[in-house]
Amino acid sequence: MCGAIQGGPSLEGVDVANQAVIQGIVTRDNQPVGNAYVRLLDRNGEFTAEVPTSATGQFRFFAAPGDWTLRTLAPRAEVVDSPVSAAKGSVAEVAVAI
Amino acid sequence: MSRENSLVTADWVEEHLDDPSIVLIEVDEDVEAYDKGHIPGAIKLDWKKDLQDGVRHDFVGKAAFEALLSERGVSNDDTVVFYGGNNNWFAAYAYWYLTYYGHKDVRLLDGGRKKWELDSRELTDEVPTRAATTYVAQEPNNDIRAFRDEVIAAIGVQNLIDVRSPDEFAGRLLAPAHVPQEAAQIGGHIPTAGNVPWSKAANDDGTFKSDADLTKLYAEVGLDQEKDTIALCRIGERSSHTWFVLSEILGYKNVKNYDGSWSEYGSLRGVPVALGDEPGEA
Repeated sequence: MCGAIQGGPSLEGVDVANQAVIQGIVTRDNQPVGNAYVRLLDRNGEFTAEVPTSATGQFRFFAAPGDWTLRTLAPRAEVVDSPVSAAKGSVAEVAVAI
Repeated sequence: MSRENSLVTADWVEEHLDDPSIVLIEVDEDVEAYDKGHIPGAIKLDWKKDLQDGVRHDFVGKAAFEALLSERGVSNDDTVVFYGGNNNWFAAYAYWYLTYYGHKDVRLLDGGRKKWELDSRELTDEVPTRAATTYVAQEPNNDIRAFRDEVIAAIGVQNLIDVRSPDEFAGRLLAPAHVPQEAAQIGGHIPTAGNVPWSKAANDDGTFKSDADLTKLYAEVGLDQEKDTIALCRIGERSSHTWFVLSEILGYKNVKNYDGSWSEYGSLRGVPVALGDEPGEA
């Protein structure tokens, strides 16, 4: 794998109109990180969901409209928090560099 | 039960990788996770294909369970150590399930797959072979499984602990946020249920919090140890995680997992439902 592809996983087959999607990619030195964990925290900092990244470093959540925080954990890396807003019918893309 | 005889650490598992009396089993929501790499020597159980009936909305019966463990080479005398992704949700479900069928020595790897990966411990794609056994299950132990009528009878009487996220509890989301929000049933929760999201029982790396922290957590929503307790979530996996905390780590008596959970309750006619962040009235 040379270099990170842009953005989150393909949305082919997903009905985005009814979803508030948050997705993106985790990179280290511009290379995708395939063994990271991304946690979705709600507006009060409460855990809502967690996904491991794909081999290409990508992740996706189906959230509700509003403000969220992504918390990224990976081997040999500091924890990274990234704020994000989600809206119904749109896809919020987040690039996380660790 | 206690932490000492139900949980093992990653270090302990590393030290016992070559111990033939221990069977490591990975159980994940993402059923392909094992194939991408697993702890050396671990076998896999597919929570859906292996553990669910496939026709009835239920898990497999005793005979099918015996056939499954026999075919995978698990003996009655083996120490079974479960681990998995999603902070051990499905591994805790499998733990509960083996306990339901009376397996004597079953443990969870504290922190599951995530802790193992974050520690950069060894993973392999080598699949071990185990000789078939003749596994004999005990009769189902319904002391740890709640059915819908018991749940309805428990409203306002027993401890009901709903372990879904606050947004699911309140009815703002119908499913965890990593799967599409397309479920058909209504949103909300069972009146009088306390909301203690399963995640509050775990650290960020997936390991369980201390006994003192855990005790305080459930006391804060008014869990009365003199009463029976039923844990529920959406489909019974996250509530297995909390059942494990209450029954196996803290040793509380009469704790049941309602594996029908919200996907069943939220589809029933004639039952009360509460919306919003408060437990609601009986």
